[in-house]
Amino acid sequence: MTKISMKVNGEAVSGEVEGRTLLVQFLRDHLGLTGTHVGCDTGQCGACVVHVDGESVKACNMLAAAADGAEVMTIEGMAAPDGTLSVIQAAFQEHHGLQCGFCTPGMVMSAADLLNRNANPSEAEVRAYLEGNICRCTGYHNIVKAILAAAATLRGEAVAAE
Amino acid sequence: MPKDSGIGASIKRREDVRFLTGAGNYTDDINVAGQTYAYFLRSTVAHGKIVSVDTAAASKMPGVLRIFTGADFEAVGGLPCGWQITSRNGEVMKEPRHPILASGKVRHVGDPIAAVVAKSLAEARDAAEAIGVEIEELPAVVDMRAAISGAAPAVHDEAPDNLCYDWGFVEENREAVDAAIKSAHHVTTLELTNNRLVANPMEPRVAIGDFNRASGDSTLYTTSQNPHVIRLLMGAFVLGIPEHKLRVIAPDVGGGFGTKIFHYAEEAFCTFAAKALNKPVKWTADRSEAFITDAHGRDHVTKIELALDKDGKFLAIRTATLANMGAYLSTFAPSVPTWLHGTLMAGTYTTPLIYCNVKAVFTNTVPVDAYRGAGRPEATFQLERVIDKAAREMGIDPVEIRRRNFIPADAFPYQTPVAVAYDTGDYHATMDKLVEIADFAGFEARRAESAKRGKLRGLGLSSYIEACGIAPSNLVGQLGARAGLYESATVRVNAAGGIVVMTGSHSHGQGHETTFPQVIAEMFGCPEANVEIVHGDTGRGPMGMGTYGSRSIAVGGAAMVRAAEKIIAKAKRIASHLMEAAVEDVEFANGVFSVAGTDKKVDFGSVALAAYVPHNYPLESIEPGLEETAFYDPSNFTYPAGAYAAEVEVDPETGAVTLLAFSAADDFGNVINPMIVTGQVHGGIAQGIGQALLESAVYDANGQLLTGSYMDYAMPRADDLPMYAVDHSCQTPCTHNPLGVKGCGEAGAIGSPPALVNAVLDALNAGGIGVEHIDMPLSPSRVWAAIQSAK
Repeated sequence: MTKISMKVNGEAVSGEVEGRTLLVQFLRDHLGLTGTHVGCDTGQCGACVVHVDGESVKACNMLAAAADGAEVMTIEGMAAPDGTLSVIQAAFQEHHGLQCGFCTPGMVMSAADLLNRNANPSEAEVRAYLEGNICRCTGYHNIVKAILAAAATLRGEAVAAE
Repeated sequence: MPKDSGIGASIKRREDVRFLTGAGNYTDDINVAGQTYAYFLRSTVAHGKIVSVDTAAASKMPGVLRIFTGADFEAVGGLPCGWQITSRNGEVMKEPRHPILASGKVRHVGDPIAAVVAKSLAEARDAAEAIGVEIEELPAVVDMRAAISGAAPAVHDEAPDNLCYDWGFVEENREAVDAAIKSAHHVTTLELTNNRLVANPMEPRVAIGDFNRASGDSTLYTTSQNPHVIRLLMGAFVLGIPEHKLRVIAPDVGGGFGTKIFHYAEEAFCTFAAKALNKPVKWTADRSEAFITDAHGRDHVTKIELALDKDGKFLAIRTATLANMGAYLSTFAPSVPTWLHGTLMAGTYTTPLIYCNVKAVFTNTVPVDAYRGAGRPEATFQLERVIDKAAREMGIDPVEIRRRNFIPADAFPYQTPVAVAYDTGDYHATMDKLVEIADFAGFEARRAESAKRGKLRGLGLSSYIEACGIAPSNLVGQLGARAGLYESATVRVNAAGGIVVMTGSHSHGQGHETTFPQVIAEMFGCPEANVEIVHGDTGRGPMGMGTYGSRSIAVGGAAMVRAAEKIIAKAKRIASHLMEAAVEDVEFANGVFSVAGTDKKVDFGSVALAAYVPHNYPLESIEPGLEETAFYDPSNFTYPAGAYAAEVEVDPETGAVTLLAFSAADDFGNVINPMIVTGQVHGGIAQGIGQALLESAVYDANGQLLTGSYMDYAMPRADDLPMYAVDHSCQTPCTHNPLGVKGCGEAGAIGSPPALVNAVLDALNAGGIGVEHIDMPLSPSRVWAAIQSAK
């Protein structure tokens, strides 16, 4: 067993893990942060995307021990402390960018990473960036719309309603 | 001005907040104190005799509590099948036992041989590796034609020819159909495959069994679309647990698309093992495990013949289909190629004579059952493909040939020759709308522009109909269903006016927590925020049948309306007492009871309070309380219909297909929440495009699933798809349910595959490359090969 510690959503946490424990297992099973989901076992679906030191990472593809000392942000850390949704989260609700909700945490975390890198992505750039996040419910139309709308809001532009 | 409340308002979803903040409560998020973990050792061969299973060493591994094998389940029932089909010769279908853990033989890769329960998942996994399994491998059969050839190994001894049933429909029409085809001016024939698919909801299946020795109660948490049905099937037919001692909870469920309807072995195992060990037992599927245990979909091979007169009028249809059942009969499997398929072969057309033959075949593959659309996509695909081929052969425009054969808008109710009677529809209207939103008029200019770039542009369409709102119980009972298909609702008005609706429908992405309150808000004149929806828990509501077949609002919503009507009727009587007026004079509107022609009024909340604090109350004639339950059994199916178009570009050098535009004009009858309906169509279209262009579950000849992960099974990603143009303004309300609704969940997946294939064939043929058919998925290699063989 290895003792690890890291900051998760701004809070210092630590735990004892096996060498084989994945970051996603540490988040879900040790910390009870069940918003990060596991949808596959080959690193394809993106339901487990979190941010590690500001970069998006598939938490099923990283050992917990490898995140020792890191700053991790999960979906639980995205809304304001009073529960107000972030711009991206609010845009997903506004544009019906989620149905069953299972892929949603990973989609939101990927979208946040994209908009950190590119404040004004084209539709094609959004679609290309989401290659690593699978949604089976929405057909992506409203996810893409939501991300484009969130980008505009974050740039300070007025966004037309539906 | 769009509405902001009630029926027809695009209200934002209340469930989104928890899903967007990581606060959803999916089954794998649930951890029961003291829980243990199950891991299944599964067959790696498709067919074999189990010679021995040695668990001695594995049982001594760290953390192991017990290892179960098939012998532990010989005294309990097998997984039941919910539908019995009768063959043309009058014999009932072959229904071999489907054990919880394999007994004697394994019949598909993934068949469970043993299950380890240990203190941790890692320990269970490690121990499973230490189990010694000796299997004498037998030849496997995968291909359906080979399976019924007489020379194939038998998957089950009781079906030596691998035939489950041989069904004819409508049998009395067979000779007339044969004669019409023989004498017709023109007959178009097409052989096609409806490719095998894996539903792949993003949340893998999970089951947690829990047993309370003090009370003797069992609880199962499971990823199900219909927890009441699981309680009935598992309690009554598998484990023998009376319903009052068994609670099944399906909390937030991460997508279903059909494959979470069925009762699975892992559910029964975890419930059984929890009692045997007196400890909670949790199982979570890996995605790889999901691919070899979740019921697959489609997998039909069909020959269809369409007879036409010289004007392109359809005279008769004859089909012969092989339908793969896989290795065992899943819960609804026998109904999919029969009653959900043959009854839809009239489509939106006036074809007077139809005959379908369906042979259901056992193979050494994962069981096949309902997947989004279930039988109706297969029917639509055959029809819309053969019609397109006929149009090309006869030189008739594809829109025109459909219009010549549409059931006219003034012909409803319309009795088809395949049992079902459509209540309403207007197929010319949806076609008109499609032609408009897909800009058919500008297509040839777009085609010319593509040609300049060396690309072949094509436009393809389809006209679909589906039977939804499943289903009238007495009718499906005659057709072989072993269950009723009603739905239930309890509406509870609390003393302070807050309302709780307990529905048997289950939401796994459809947004019932938002849409069902819209109906109550409309009826009671209250804000949606006053209404809470409870679903997915057999301990909290009346027996219900769950969500599939686009039935939630048409059947579950109707039950809720009936219960709410009972509430209003009782509340009127209470109000009449409070206002000292005759009940006939009491009116109810916008949440207020009033007496016609007076200024007397009392609001809904005051009536609710009086019902629970009955101080001034007619106790001699009305019971206190304000809670009503209704069970609604539909008198007919509903018949959503519409017209879809795909516009594609084909690269003749590589065979690559680019989907440029997709348009859908649907008639869903009345719509409760247009935003959500549009979203449902988007998702269905994406799955249909997936089937047409990307997805295919492929087995090799030995029964190994070659497409067993997301690295091999190609599901649509965001960059495979365009934005869609979706319209549901054509509305012919259903005449037999109280909301006039038809259902929208499956339409997108039904109408889209033939539109895609027709578009690619249009591109090729218009480009001078004569290709009559390409089987889905239309991968670049298949399209390229078709182009080469046409040269």
